[in-house]
Amino acid sequence: MMLIEQMVVSFFAAAGFAIIFNVPRQVLFQCGTVGMIGWSLYRVLVLFTVDEVVATLAAAAVVAVISQIFAKWFRTPIIIFNVAGIIPLVPGGLAYDAMRHFVENNYDVAIPYAARVVMLSGAIALGLVFSEIINQMIRNGKWKKYHNKYDRKGLERS
Amino acid sequence: MERYTVTEVCLLAGKLMLQSGAETYRVEDTMIRIAQSYGMDGAQAHATPTAIMFATDITEPTNFVRIVSRETDLHKVTQVNGVSRAISSGHLDVTDAAKALITIDEQKDTYPNEIQLLAAAFASGCFTIMFDGAWVDFLPAFFVGALGYGLMSYFHDMIKIRFFAEFLAASFVGLFAYLIIFLNLGQEIDKIIIGAIMPLVPGLLITNAVRDLMAGHLVSGITKGAEAFLTAAAIGAGIAVIFFIF
Repeated sequence: MMLIEQMVVSFFAAAGFAIIFNVPRQVLFQCGTVGMIGWSLYRVLVLFTVDEVVATLAAAAVVAVISQIFAKWFRTPIIIFNVAGIIPLVPGGLAYDAMRHFVENNYDVAIPYAARVVMLSGAIALGLVFSEIINQMIRNGKWKKYHNKYDRKGLERS
Repeated sequence: MERYTVTEVCLLAGKLMLQSGAETYRVEDTMIRIAQSYGMDGAQAHATPTAIMFATDITEPTNFVRIVSRETDLHKVTQVNGVSRAISSGHLDVTDAAKALITIDEQKDTYPNEIQLLAAAFASGCFTIMFDGAWVDFLPAFFVGALGYGLMSYFHDMIKIRFFAEFLAASFVGLFAYLIIFLNLGQEIDKIIIGAIMPLVPGLLITNAVRDLMAGHLVSGITKGAEAFLTAAAIGAGIAVIFFIF
């Protein structure tokens, strides 16, 4: 029950952010879906007492894989789905907590929060980069010819 | 003559992408791809969040563009990507590409302001729930979030110093959240404020910064990190002022 609630809410949050970031209309629904999948996976993992950083890492990696599939499918830059997918995972609340304690002179409380923010952002970035590397390995492997022929370099002009 | 225009097309494409919040490596990649499809194989591009440098070959004169303002507008990134694809496949010549890019540059936002405000409001309310807030706090966060986002866009147009605009918007968010608690319309002030400032928080910038650092774009990573840190500090200070007063 709680999970369904979280799924609905994260869908709207991701789609809302997609509108704020001016995402093209055709892919708005997909943006919400990516955000929903990432956040649900994170919540489920946390529910099974997986560490938050590890859960974020896994969710970000899954978001990146789905983004790559969607980017191929709908022929749009991958950043659109990446952004929508990681927005729910981004530790904005923690960053706020850290900053609030800093300006209130509670440095000893603020520093653990700040460290957590750094760890979580690092996990998100690592998850994204990780799946990109895998994608590159696949691309440089057996599909290389296919890609060179159709994807970008149509250097037919004189 | 043609060289001049190819350089222009590359710089315009790079500038548009960087202003719209594309990743640094993608900007460099796109510029070099465009140059290569016009037959300049030795093209060099270097992008940072504040400037782009481009040369058609290593011994040629280098051109330079200054980037003053940055925002997130993924529709423009998509469109420039489309133009770059068309150029690579040989469907666009230099003049047409330049015209297409200028059209992209001049167009307005995809969504009207009211829709964006509504989206920010919904996102705020949803974030309150996502951070384990109660449903009682959904509506307060909804309205305070819309107010914060609207005020920030308003202050951005009015005040040229970005961090001050964010500071003011955040303090209004804090003030109204406090009022809502004071009038007994909401439950937890922390959840309402976190939800309401989510549209302002530079979460994306933080992640992008770490990502650029990992990819080896050290200058961009540090610049973006500094920008994110300043924004976060401005928001935190804005909220803190309210806590200080009351």
